Amino acid sequence: MGKRLMKGNEAAVHGALMGGCTHFFGYPITPASEISQAAAYYFTAAGRTFLQAESEVSVINMLYGAASAGARVMTASSGPGIALMGEGLSYLAGAKLPSVVIDMQRAGPGLGNIWPEQSDYNMVVKGGGHGNYSNITLTPASAQEMFDFTRKAFELADRYRMTVFILSDAYIGQMMEPVEISGPVLHGQRKDWAVYGDSQSRKNLISSIYMSPALQRKHNEELQQTYRQVEQEVVDYELYMADDAEIVFVAYGIVARICHSAVHALREQGIRASLLRPKTVFPFPKNVVEDFAKRGIPLAVVELSSGQMADDVSLAANGNVEVLRYLTMGGETPTVAELVSSVRRDLATLGSRRSS
Amino acid sequence: MNHVRVRDDECKGCAVCVSVCPKGCLAMSGKLNTMGYEYVHFFHEEACTACGLCFLSCPEPSALTVLAEQEVE
Amino acid sequence: MIGQVQKFGKSDSFYDTYERKGEGEQSTHYCPGCGHGTIQKLIAQAIDDLKIQDRTIFLSPVGCSVFAYYYYDTGNIQCSHGRAPAVATGVKRTVKDAIVISYQGDGDLAGIGMTEIVHAANRGEPITVFFINNAIYGMTGGQMAPTTPLGRKTLTTPFGRDRDRDGMPMGMAELMQAIAAPVFIERCSVATPKELLKTRKAVHKALQNQIDNKGFSFVEILSPCPTNWGMSPVDARTWMDQQMTLLYPLGNFRDSVTKQDDRPGDQEEPLWLDDEALVDLLKGASDVPVMRMEPLSETQRVKIAGFGGQGVLSAGELVATCGMSEGLAVSWLPSYGPEMRGGSANVSVTLSMEDVGSPLVDHPNVLLVMNGPSLDHFEDQVVENALVFVNSSIVTRKVRRTDVRTIYIPATDLAQEAGLVSAANVVMVTAYLLLSKAIPLDTLKRCIPLVLRKKAFLEKNLSLVERTMVYLQENGMV
Ligand SMILES: Cc1ncc(C[n+]2csc(CCOP(=O)(O)OP(=O)(O)O)c2C)c(N)n1
Ligand code: SF4
Ligand code: SF4
Ligand code: SF4
Repeated sequence: MGKRLMKGNEAAVHGALMGGCTHFFGYPITPASEISQAAAYYFTAAGRTFLQAESEVSVINMLYGAASAGARVMTASSGPGIALMGEGLSYLAGAKLPSVVIDMQRAGPGLGNIWPEQSDYNMVVKGGGHGNYSNITLTPASAQEMFDFTRKAFELADRYRMTVFILSDAYIGQMMEPVEISGPVLHGQRKDWAVYGDSQSRKNLISSIYMSPALQRKHNEELQQTYRQVEQEVVDYELYMADDAEIVFVAYGIVARICHSAVHALREQGIRASLLRPKTVFPFPKNVVEDFAKRGIPLAVVELSSGQMADDVSLAANGNVEVLRYLTMGGETPTVAELVSSVRRDLATLGSRRSS
Repeated sequence: MNHVRVRDDECKGCAVCVSVCPKGCLAMSGKLNTMGYEYVHFFHEEACTACGLCFLSCPEPSALTVLAEQEVE
Repeated sequence: MIGQVQKFGKSDSFYDTYERKGEGEQSTHYCPGCGHGTIQKLIAQAIDDLKIQDRTIFLSPVGCSVFAYYYYDTGNIQCSHGRAPAVATGVKRTVKDAIVISYQGDGDLAGIGMTEIVHAANRGEPITVFFINNAIYGMTGGQMAPTTPLGRKTLTTPFGRDRDRDGMPMGMAELMQAIAAPVFIERCSVATPKELLKTRKAVHKALQNQIDNKGFSFVEILSPCPTNWGMSPVDARTWMDQQMTLLYPLGNFRDSVTKQDDRPGDQEEPLWLDDEALVDLLKGASDVPVMRMEPLSETQRVKIAGFGGQGVLSAGELVATCGMSEGLAVSWLPSYGPEMRGGSANVSVTLSMEDVGSPLVDHPNVLLVMNGPSLDHFEDQVVENALVFVNSSIVTRKVRRTDVRTIYIPATDLAQEAGLVSAANVVMVTAYLLLSKAIPLDTLKRCIPLVLRKKAFLEKNLSLVERTMVYLQENGMV
């Protein structure tokens, strides 16, 4: 089967169309604009709907409307835009509407810059808006995964009636790699809860309002129930050279790629490094982390943030083992050489501490 | 004769219907309904033209129903 | 026989009882004398008359009418504050036959939602907007709205609305009038029976327009909020009739006869592609055939650098495409953003027999420099024994490193001689592939058409490859 060389950003749009997405609403922001641009071409050429909205606030509400009418919907943005969508994301969660949102993370806070960071982790993984809710969050690390995960996201969104985030970064979006346009074209089915403007759906109501505390509580509990189910059914990760692990990198996105190289570099030097690469961060692969921690294998979280995912790793490790944090902020990425020397230094310190 | 049926329990006593009726067919009843509002009272069947203005002005969907006298089979 | 028949009564478009409000409920949640109730009845009646109950999707805003879905036996969507026109856009572009009604208060539409309404109007979304102007924030207890008259005391203007501090009351119908797309704009009122009947007509018309797919219809309706105005329902209507209409003159602002579809400038709607056609579109023409004859001796970590316009990124794409066509794992990562602004560009390409880990090439073993600053920038980063290709037409100095293998090629000159001013990149790539033997020349020739944007130059590019080969041979490099 042939492949095409394409950017992660373009692959996402291919994945979306193969995933049955019919409506893309966008607003330009670097480094996500290329996704909207590709959608403007492919969605329109395919007779699907692409619309550039007047703001991210409008974007997320257009998603809300189209999803209410049963469509498979998506958008793509970056930190400042996702932040503006906060209220709308919360409404989507409250009204149990499926949607797919891509966040190509850039450096913040504020306008920051357009280099890659992973500092939207808390905003996206912990919800992004007000109220108790979660988003399924997929973390691709290649152009192929931008395709595969986006395609799959629409199935997940419909199955659980939730927002599914693709949490990516500027590099994964910019990078070109061979992508296989695989699988059949998926299609959304008619939803018994959506409003189509016809007699069968006339009684349906899309709303996030539950007027009494008792009903609102019940609604909240049902949502949480869904999230627990998602934790059982959706969690996904890759273990790389982990059988004989002496230390385990934990990283996603572009950083996981760098760690992959660092694993090889360390092994050439006799250190049995491994990689745990979460493909979902909600649900977070807690059990795997816990397992390493219980076996006393140190974890090294490599992250382009102040340690937002590292907190989740620490929580899962539960004090059973050292959680090292190799953090970079501002748009820089660690080099393989830097990671190698950090690991050598810290393993030595840990070793001497243990033997003393 | 024409008739305006008032559902006492749905009337909120705003008196808007009273004020718009060109024929003065409606008045406050002096009595309270279960919600505690003084409901309206239709009393002047002879004058009512079934014009519907009372119904159209009333904010409640079914507090008033206007019935017109006409040939029926 | 003489009998009595119902002439005015509850609309079929309302539920019999409002179960969402409470078991067996028959009355609304509105205060006595509230204009919302009256207006919603007019809308329900129009839905009945036009026989569009099944098709209607009613959008409830945030405001006192947030619970409109208690009453309407139609499809219902409750929206966030001010965003109903965006939601309506999403709905209407999904179910084109639905009759989409956006019902909004003045805080909702003229305050927080100003952006959404203006842009929905400007796009001419074929929806119907009912704008309930009661000059106050009702639901939150009576704060100033954009429409509150000057001098009016509210909870947030305890000394009265002040022009310099709070601005002038906002005339939305006038604002809509400044936008070209809407087909119907009218301001009416429920203050008097006469106005009420006009409102009924306007509501009807605005919905009929949507049925006829005419375009965007906007009906502003002056409406009393006796509770927060501190007036009796009857006095409130008198005040509206005598005072409010001075500020907000009633009347039709626009009633266009042109159908939306007949307006000039519309593109034809593209056809919906079925699965097969969609896959064809996505796979495109550049499906790359994959075959690898010989193993790669060493992972290629390539950096190509120059200034924008030298085709640095496409040179990288060509190398990556060749690698891909050979069945290698490849990655291509461009220099990015601000780095590009100074006019310089570079790209990292990795070709490998195994999965590519980091696509970032910190320490290249192949460097192609197209201009002087790039050599300055990257010379120190390459590993020992790296291959360094220098475009000697432009780079005047020599490479200082002695632990690398350097190849000087007058790439720009060769390209110019071949009549391709901007194809120095092809010369550089050809030289690299030939000398490194990473990719066979045939593969390069096969891949050039896949990457080339201007197909007319294909032949010239291919002959430039030949010319480069001859040059390298003549100079004893291969
Ligand atoms: C984002 C957001 N900000 C503020 C509010 C609080 N809020 C609820 S209703 C309302 C004003 C509604 O006024 P208007 O649109 O005039 O409608 P009315 O109640 O007068 O009918 C406000 C500010 C909210 N729900 N959401
Ligand atoms: S129908 Fe007309 S005349 Fe009769 S009570 Fe109502 S407003 Fe008065
Ligand atoms: S207008 Fe309606 S609610 Fe008000 S008094 Fe008359 S019947 Fe009652
Ligand atoms: S507060 Fe005003 S707008 Fe709200 S229901 Fe009461 S009267 Fe109507």
